[in-house]
Amino acid sequence: MSSLPDASGTARPAGADGWRRLDIRMLVVHPFRELLRLFPLLLGILVAGSSTGRGGLWGLLGAGIAVTLGVLRWFTTSYRVADERVQVRRGLLRRQLVSVSLDRVRTVDITASPLHRVLGLVRVNVGTGLSDRRREDALRLDGLSAADAYRLRDDVLRRHATPVAAAAAAPDAGTAATGAPAAALAVVAAPAAPEEELAAAPPGWARYGPFTLSGFLTVFFIAGFAWRIVSEAHLDVRRLERLTVGSANLGATPLWLDLIAVPLGVLLVVACASTIGYVLAFWGFRLVRREGGSLQVTRGLISTRATTIEERRLRGVEISEPLLLRLVRGARCIAIATGLRVGRGAERGGSLLLPPAPRAEAVRVAGAVLGTSEPVTAPLLRHGARAHRRRYTRVAIAWVVVTAILVALPRLLPLPPWTWEVSLVLVPVAAALAYDRYRGLGHALTGRFLVTSLGSLVRRRCVLAVDGIIGWNLEESFFQRRAGLATLVATTAAGRQRYAVQDVPLEDALRLADDALPELLAPFLVRGA
Amino acid sequence: MTDARAGRAQPASLQLRPPRHLVSPRAVLYWTVRAAMGWVVFLVAQVAFLVASQGDGLLGWHVAVLAATVVAAAAHLAVMPQWRYRVHRWEATPHAVYTQAGWFSQQRRIAPISRIQTVDTERGALEQLFRLSNVTVTTASAAGPLRIHGLDRDVAQGLVDDLSHAIEATRGDAT
Repeated sequence: MSSLPDASGTARPAGADGWRRLDIRMLVVHPFRELLRLFPLLLGILVAGSSTGRGGLWGLLGAGIAVTLGVLRWFTTSYRVADERVQVRRGLLRRQLVSVSLDRVRTVDITASPLHRVLGLVRVNVGTGLSDRRREDALRLDGLSAADAYRLRDDVLRRHATPVAAAAAAPDAGTAATGAPAAALAVVAAPAAPEEELAAAPPGWARYGPFTLSGFLTVFFIAGFAWRIVSEAHLDVRRLERLTVGSANLGATPLWLDLIAVPLGVLLVVACASTIGYVLAFWGFRLVRREGGSLQVTRGLISTRATTIEERRLRGVEISEPLLLRLVRGARCIAIATGLRVGRGAERGGSLLLPPAPRAEAVRVAGAVLGTSEPVTAPLLRHGARAHRRRYTRVAIAWVVVTAILVALPRLLPLPPWTWEVSLVLVPVAAALAYDRYRGLGHALTGRFLVTSLGSLVRRRCVLAVDGIIGWNLEESFFQRRAGLATLVATTAAGRQRYAVQDVPLEDALRLADDALPELLAPFLVRGA
Repeated sequence: MTDARAGRAQPASLQLRPPRHLVSPRAVLYWTVRAAMGWVVFLVAQVAFLVASQGDGLLGWHVAVLAATVVAAAAHLAVMPQWRYRVHRWEATPHAVYTQAGWFSQQRRIAPISRIQTVDTERGALEQLFRLSNVTVTTASAAGPLRIHGLDRDVAQGLVDDLSHAIEATRGDAT
């Protein structure tokens, strides 16, 4: 099981006026990280026997400056929680004081890289839900001791638990099982705080890893890293014997064999990378409801992470099923909460409630988080034949555009002239896509939740509490008006900010909006015979 | 799952009426001038390209594209401002703000007064000439600002005052 560094140590006493500094051990973090970043450069110097001249020298100089700045940061950064505000002071020449009211704090995110774990440090990010990105970063404290971090979290979320109870991030802290350097940490089995476990990922869920395609990014990243080493060391790739043999073989075998073998190989590598990525990110995943009304997610194999979401900020949940994952009956579950933007990668945003897992489990967790499973399981109202037709027209238009590009391409680029024939193969694919997109379309209003579902490549079922809706946008394009359809968008301060009921008959849209928030629309509605 | 509607459009028994107020009639001229400025830039660029690439044997193509642009510009300038003037409408009650905007694609937006965070007015240089104002009403959602374009300056000021008073009467953090 994974764990963050435990909080067995006692929190340090505060300085004058309650201001606290980062942990002194963070002084080690920065130089080390700079060295790591320079690794390709250093390797290049070692392998090639000489640096790449000026570039290398400037790199080293830059690293030196970065290290110095890191050291200065320890002296200049301090924080405190006082007068219902959380305050961070930083900067040497330009002193900066960021002060945020505790009312505005939405989440507390505690992460630890392997280096942090060795040193018993964590990084704390206090999420305030401000849309300004710079303010968002301003409340990040890199290099707190675990005990200080948990104490800060409890102060900020106004739960004054004892330090030991707060350490419940990982009551089953069997760090040794990871084999990671963190095993060196003394593990203290903290008594479990009153909490309810909503989900825990067994290792078997890693079988959903290959279907997440996150491996594409990983492979890309590794390829980039390798290329940097090669270019820094001035290696001539063509002189590497194995590769030469490989490409020679590629030329010798028939083309059709290459067409099968190469994608298969790439797929295999991506699948492996995706699985590894899944294990690294979601190992030991636990979702618990803590006393006092917050949800807490802990996860990670080498870098660990604990995210706390206040339940009073929760406005709903989203079950998302990317096509590949849907094929193997898997799904993810994401929180819709104010202050948690979904768009920039759900995992990164810390709003993940369940990693790719069996769909039934995602439905169960969504129900447990909402307190009722009805919105997640209730049958949806379909949008009718006109919405169905519109799916086909829209896919057809996209197909025409793609075909036009395929016809034009061989004239501009040296490609074989048969590219346009690919578009014929795309016809059944497009039709299937349109059909599946219609099947995914639906909406419902159950109790105090608005449910909307759409999409095929990524099918999403979003459940949004009616209380969280802060307005309606009714969007009608020219062609939608002709078909008597509209897209009803519920705007909200949480998650994706907008949740659309796509291509619904106008009258159904109005009825839905009126039923959900009865007083808002009524003055503008005209009821006919 | 059940089918909500049959394929045919039924006579609507429930309709959303348009907001009560039109924007200022001067907005028609303003939209025309603004769009014309965009087209002029585009046309000048095309003419410049034509002159610069003289003698490449594609003169016919250049002229054809230029002619097509002129026709598209004329159609756009003739249709868009009038159409838009008929669509753009607004209404503010003590409980909600309701706007309608667009022309080819149209949006209607409704936000309760209790969820409004800010009310701004702004005037561009060109709008100053026409004595017009924009009013933007924002909520806590990044997806939902309500914008009323082309209001008479005095009407806009009155609207902002009304909304400010209405907002003061309701409290909460509007999320």
